[in-house]
Amino acid sequence: MLCGICGKNQATVHLTEIIDDQVSELHLCEECARQKSAEMEQQFSLGDLLGGLAEFEKPPKDLETVSLKCSNCGLSYTDFKKIGRLGCSECYFTFKKYLGPLLKRIHGSSTHYGKSPFISIKVSQKKPELLQQLRARLQRAIEMEAFEEAAKIRDQIKELEKKILDNHKQKE
Amino acid sequence: MNLNDLLKHTSEWLKGSGPHSDIVLSSRIRLARNLDKIPFPHWANKKQAEAVLNQVEEAISKIDYLRKSKCFRLAELDGIDKQFLVERHLVSYEHTQKTDYKAVVIDEDEILAIMINEEDHLRIQVMQSGFNLFEAWNIISQIDDALAKELNFAFTSEWGYLTACPTNTGTGMRASVMLHLPALVMTRQINRVLSAVAKLSFTTRGLYGEGTQATGNLFQISNQVSLGHSEIEIIENLSGLIRQVIEQENQARQTMLNRNWAMIEDRVNRSLGILKSAHIISSQETLELLSMVRMGCDLGIIKNINRSIINELFIITQPAHLQKIENKKLSTEERDIKRANLIREKLIGK
Repeated sequence: MLCGICGKNQATVHLTEIIDDQVSELHLCEECARQKSAEMEQQFSLGDLLGGLAEFEKPPKDLETVSLKCSNCGLSYTDFKKIGRLGCSECYFTFKKYLGPLLKRIHGSSTHYGKSPFISIKVSQKKPELLQQLRARLQRAIEMEAFEEAAKIRDQIKELEKKILDNHKQKE
Repeated sequence: MNLNDLLKHTSEWLKGSGPHSDIVLSSRIRLARNLDKIPFPHWANKKQAEAVLNQVEEAISKIDYLRKSKCFRLAELDGIDKQFLVERHLVSYEHTQKTDYKAVVIDEDEILAIMINEEDHLRIQVMQSGFNLFEAWNIISQIDDALAKELNFAFTSEWGYLTACPTNTGTGMRASVMLHLPALVMTRQINRVLSAVAKLSFTTRGLYGEGTQATGNLFQISNQVSLGHSEIEIIENLSGLIRQVIEQENQARQTMLNRNWAMIEDRVNRSLGILKSAHIISSQETLELLSMVRMGCDLGIIKNINRSIINELFIITQPAHLQKIENKKLSTEERDIKRANLIREKLIGK
């Protein structure tokens, strides 16, 4: 079979495109396939998608936001919107106002429940007791919109985490 | 250990052992980790990227568990070697592009692979044969703990591990399971199952990850959400879903057998027949036929072929593996001949 684009070379790449349940098949030679894949990447990138989400959440029109730049790595909010990736861990603090809602849109939550560099979770001790319990309570409180209660639990978690961290440091 | 040594043995995850290994080929968990305040790989300058590479390499060398692992710098590998690593699921395709200051650390059994300077500073991966996510988690969590003692990971108690892309923030974890679902495909139920998977916020991909079509009836299902649930919760949820998919596949196999045993037996044996006698065969056709033979082994239609040989053939018939075995560059036509030879050799010993 000859390539469906150039009609010269033998087709060795077989591409199935599904758009709205319409299935179409393309048979391409290696060279045309390479061009086609570059084209497809250009058409749509994760950066566009995430940038779009960020925009949807809160269109920052004021100059302050547009010119907002991470002091640690120099990435601007406009850069982030373009490439869909942050520049460094400090960017999370610089763009906090916009990232919170964005994370919530992506994950359905903007609060981490899981291991930390200081506390390890093993399967054998499935829910490292107190901390996990507290986190579960916190989640329930947030779901029920009992924010005062949530704030209290939040502080308890922080305190406990700090204790564990201090223990960890003492051991070292 | 060098890359040629990997050819001599079968990767741990292809052994065809472990729970539910008739339907589940392998379980994999990866964690994204970054060094605090240092620009992520896509935003780092050369000096920063090099410093990350050196720092991570040094940290790895201090960890007992990783003593027998070996580090490969991607820039020092040729095209075939890079593709070879992709085919073995040890690095992502992206990791083989723009290779400056990129590396991968691999242990002897290929259970562990750590990509350095991929999208994040570290991408730690553990693979297990069969349906074994919790075992994979126990191993990877220990490695992560050991690395956290040597490296200052970017982390906040509010948002968890901070990653280059906000889609990985939180646990930084992606857990995935590779499933072989021929009966769901043959009975045309697969789309129903996959759309249910998507509704529950899990993702399906083909054998070689993002954007690849499911060939050989192989599907990878993984979690999409990484923030708001603990690692254990995510693994438990994914496991529950996988158990249901396994159940559905088993039911579909039974239905097919009850309705049309002769047709299945015919198709399985014809597939084996072609594989045993072909002298030219494409990669696509190989995967499709191997899928039928694998199902034939599971159903007891084929008795004298070990499942691990079929699993191995899925990988070693890929283009870079063929070229590595032959130790030279091969054209598409030459590969199709070499592939057929290799399959005959493995299945009938000549």
